[in-house]
Amino acid sequence: MTIRRIGVVAFVVVLALVPLAAPAFWVTLANYIGLYTMVALGLVLLTGVAGQTSFGQAAFVGVGAYTTAFLTTHFGVSPWLTLPAAIVLTFAVALALGFITLRMQGHYLPLATIAWGISLFFLFGNLESLGGHTGVTGIPALTLASIEFKEERHFCVLIWIVTLASLWTTHNLLDSRPGRALRAMKGGVDMAEAFGVNAARLKIVAFVYAALLACVSGWLYAHLQRFVNPSPFGINQGIEYLFMAVVGGAGSVWGAVVGATLITVLKQMLQDVLPTLLGRSGNFEIVVFGVLMIVLLQFARNGVVDWALRLLPRRRPRLDDDAAPLAPGEKPHDVAGPLLDVRNARKAFGGLVAVDDLTFRVMPGEIVGLIGPNGAGKSTTFALISGELPLTSGDIAFGGQSIAGKTPFAIARLGIGRTFQHVRLLPAMSVQDNVALGAYRRGRAGVVRAALRLDSAEERRTQAVAMREIVRVGLAEHAHDEAGSLPLGKQRIVEIARALASDPSLLLLDEPAAGLRYMEKQALAELLRALKRDGVTILLVEHDMDFVMGLTDRLVVMDFGQKLAEGEPAAIQRDRRVLEAYLGVDEAAPAPAIAI
Amino acid sequence: MDLSIAAFLVQDGVTNGAIYALLALALVLVFTVTRIIWIPSGEFVTYGTLTLAGLQLGKPPGTVGLLIGVAVVAAIVETIATLRAREARKLPLRLAVWLGVPLAIAAAVWWAAPRGLPLALQIVLALAAVTALGPLIYRIAYQPIADASVLVLLIVSVAVHFALTGLGLWFFGAEGSRTPAFTGASFTAGGLTFSAQSLLVVVASLVLIGLLYLLFGRTLYGKALHATAVNRIGARLVGISPSFAGALTFVLAALLCAFCGVLVGPITTVYYDSGFLVSLKGFVGAIIGGLVSYPLAAAGALLVGLLESFSSFWASAFKEVIVFTLIIPVLLWRSLTSRHHDEE
Amino acid sequence: MNGVTLRDALDVRDLCVAYGKVPAVRDVSLQVAPGSIVTVIGPNGAGKTTLLAAIAGLLPARGVVRCFGDLATAWPVEERVRRGIVLVPERRELFGSMSVADNLRLGAFTRRGEQHKAAIADVYRRFPRLEERRGQLAATLSGGERQMLALGRALMSAPRVLLLDEPSLGLAPLVVRDIFSIIAALRSTGVAILLVEQNARAALAIADYGYVLESGQIAVEGESASLAANPRVAAAYLGQAHTARTPAAPPG
Repeated sequence: MTIRRIGVVAFVVVLALVPLAAPAFWVTLANYIGLYTMVALGLVLLTGVAGQTSFGQAAFVGVGAYTTAFLTTHFGVSPWLTLPAAIVLTFAVALALGFITLRMQGHYLPLATIAWGISLFFLFGNLESLGGHTGVTGIPALTLASIEFKEERHFCVLIWIVTLASLWTTHNLLDSRPGRALRAMKGGVDMAEAFGVNAARLKIVAFVYAALLACVSGWLYAHLQRFVNPSPFGINQGIEYLFMAVVGGAGSVWGAVVGATLITVLKQMLQDVLPTLLGRSGNFEIVVFGVLMIVLLQFARNGVVDWALRLLPRRRPRLDDDAAPLAPGEKPHDVAGPLLDVRNARKAFGGLVAVDDLTFRVMPGEIVGLIGPNGAGKSTTFALISGELPLTSGDIAFGGQSIAGKTPFAIARLGIGRTFQHVRLLPAMSVQDNVALGAYRRGRAGVVRAALRLDSAEERRTQAVAMREIVRVGLAEHAHDEAGSLPLGKQRIVEIARALASDPSLLLLDEPAAGLRYMEKQALAELLRALKRDGVTILLVEHDMDFVMGLTDRLVVMDFGQKLAEGEPAAIQRDRRVLEAYLGVDEAAPAPAIAI
Repeated sequence: MDLSIAAFLVQDGVTNGAIYALLALALVLVFTVTRIIWIPSGEFVTYGTLTLAGLQLGKPPGTVGLLIGVAVVAAIVETIATLRAREARKLPLRLAVWLGVPLAIAAAVWWAAPRGLPLALQIVLALAAVTALGPLIYRIAYQPIADASVLVLLIVSVAVHFALTGLGLWFFGAEGSRTPAFTGASFTAGGLTFSAQSLLVVVASLVLIGLLYLLFGRTLYGKALHATAVNRIGARLVGISPSFAGALTFVLAALLCAFCGVLVGPITTVYYDSGFLVSLKGFVGAIIGGLVSYPLAAAGALLVGLLESFSSFWASAFKEVIVFTLIIPVLLWRSLTSRHHDEE
Repeated sequence: MNGVTLRDALDVRDLCVAYGKVPAVRDVSLQVAPGSIVTVIGPNGAGKTTLLAAIAGLLPARGVVRCFGDLATAWPVEERVRRGIVLVPERRELFGSMSVADNLRLGAFTRRGEQHKAAIADVYRRFPRLEERRGQLAATLSGGERQMLALGRALMSAPRVLLLDEPSLGLAPLVVRDIFSIIAALRSTGVAILLVEQNARAALAIADYGYVLESGQIAVEGESASLAANPRVAAAYLGQAHTARTPAAPPG
């Protein structure tokens, strides 16, 4: 049994003791901690993992609470029927809000969440049918069979069953195909999209998931309190939920538990202690609370759990069994013609033409090098093919089908795998997890299946695919290392393995040899030759002429956005124009003493 | 609704809008230079009002104690940082700036309080006291983590907002204050009545906006702030220190907010916790300007003022709902146009 | 650089820079004397830009950096600029929405009084093009003009050590020649220049001394002429292996 497992068991045992033996005060506290944990868990997924900040979760708690309050008191609907109603309503509200606000870059989202958090709060307080600022009273207690959950001790059991269930689903979700994709978005949305992840959709899924957890928490809250008013659903509470996630550590599910516990207990203690300490009553705990937050963020930006986990031994790698590989990735239909056909591709940034009517082809099974001096437009061309940048004019076809105007994730799904010029791995994740992201387009598991652990067969096969590609590129002994701990040369190879895991028809490599030592370059060239023998088609952008000479079938030389020459490496080597452009000003530099 | 009511609502909206506009400019300034989403701006507004109110009542405002306390903390933080960098030689100068100046201002306010100085002097003192708090708070809460992500800075902002609200209660008490109007005069034009007070607010805001414009266009330090906003690395490479730019930004932003507080005082009763909603309205304006455009932010704030004034006439209970829901179509519009922007 | 009798303007000892756990620059030592041009050449990704950023103080590094004998290691970027260590970065980092004149004025941010007036006259003398465009926004300049503005802005602060990162990047050969002759002319002002370049041939032509950086370490160093003649360097960075059989290009 590992330390982690012992910790989990101890946690559950302590929890079980609370309703059985703890004083009433602590039972109440445990109830609130459970309710808050659920909301904070949603934020772990939304903010900590997917990188989207929300101050408005309290409003979703309010939607859950008010739905059941309204339906049970006005229409006498059974609480067990108001739960699905609340879920449906929250789903609709979250989908609409998410659709509008999640397309925002960075800081817009938090501000938007503050805005609708406040709007919903005032709406609760001003709608007569919802009882205005006094709220709704007389909400019935929950009953199950003959048990009536009127006592806090009973309710504690219910709350924590639901809380543990949401802990379990969130934990499952983080450790799955959609979870990997969510985590990848922290390395940049473009990186995730390069492996077929529809980032915009996934963000909304995370947002709706977080909103639903908040809604369930609100539903429970309404039946625990038996009355609701607007104040616990205001923006201050929304801010506090985010505090919980951040203080605990928004990177792990345990951060939600620790954060909710810490802040709930702390506030309670401050409320009790401060007035006696200061000799006057007032809202002073908020000062201490604010100051503690400021101090904490200056010393442990990633939260308490992240700090504590560093003291624990690293997680044991999962077992690699011999699961059958995933289904192969989709292949282009037309394999007779060129695999990649770039026709008069043009990209202008304002007045600057970065790619100027470029035309070239890549035939199946070829290794083609796109070379040229720095600033020649190679990387822009690369971005045009991968869909990161839209074409100004011209067309690019893959397997006979035009990919102009398609999103990067749609292009990736067609079977174009890529690496990045500046290595884009998730440094804290293992090599195997990084590579498994590459297989995203070959998997099917969605959020629901992942949350309920119905994806374990596919997940095993995904891990098998990842392991296979890691072995193929010769990094077997590093499979369980943190990707960030490898030297640069090996990180580049991990990127290639990740691209291979998608079973690509075309492999795009962006300066794969940059920063590599001589021996590493040799090994890389050997690997690429082996891939060619396996039938992989490769287009590589390179600055290093030596590297591409012995490796490629054909070279396309660019300078100032245009194609300068195309042909076999040996012919290119003798081309005067290429040498002049490529090797710089060539004897043209002036003598040092020129006066101006 | 007849014309005179509409004119009254417009006047009311423009007056409030002008105040929100100052706030929106402060928020844009702080965000572009430091990437901080400055939630606690509202507390500086309330401090401005409450300080002036204290001076007018002839008793030392809570700002004196607050300023001394915050300056002492900032001096401790600065001393530790200086000693760690082994720059003990520079300590006296730094203490003079971080401790000496705020203490001198606090002393001046304390001295002036019972003396019933003319209104203009009281305003200057109130502005000085609240303005001094700006860079001190920056030094304590933000500068040590100036390179953190926007999210972390935002959360620190929220924590600072909590702390300053609580401190506001501590130092100013729970009762609200309202300062007397600067002028009770009114005049009629075209059959409609305008109050001189409103006109004063609008003119004062316009003058301040003009001064800000001159500062950025004409002075070296103004250009340095602009440069930091445009290109942080570039600014460092010409020797503009981010800490200096941050502190200077907070001087300006705190001054703008304190000024808002002075202008707001005669219009509404201000409590220690009134600032948050006011600042959020400034934010709605600033967000309409994408948090980067000054003219759009000012225009957005004006729109917020007008919308608030008209919705308080038609559906006063839903005034806040309407104002804060306004942000959603604006964001939608931004999100639809921002992709287009990327394609340039 | 043995044999230099003047105190070195820039003296770097055992500099190490790492990104996370991955080392990018390892134990690099180099010296630049006042009024001399020293170049660092090497392949893409060798750590040249990282090296300059660390010397400028933009990246945390281990090791020692001295400027005219003063220990600069603990100075932040701004302090280094004030003391005369100025970087012209690869990405230029201009103030795009500000005028050429304002960009230059800000270059003299650290200088007191009216010194900036003489400095701007000197920059306009070296770059007449910038004077023509003084009112234009920096973002609207051409690539060559942007490089001139970046250089001009750096000169405004009266640098004693000038760090130039790929001044030829993305520029047409004729423009590169202009820029390089301007750099060569700076030697007479006594400034020490550390020039990082991909364009090894052009760099070695104007430099007094050169270092070859490979995988973050100095592989070879020597007088420019001897470096240019070194067969290994020639093969790897001057394209001689491929050009050996082609006649030298006519002088341009």
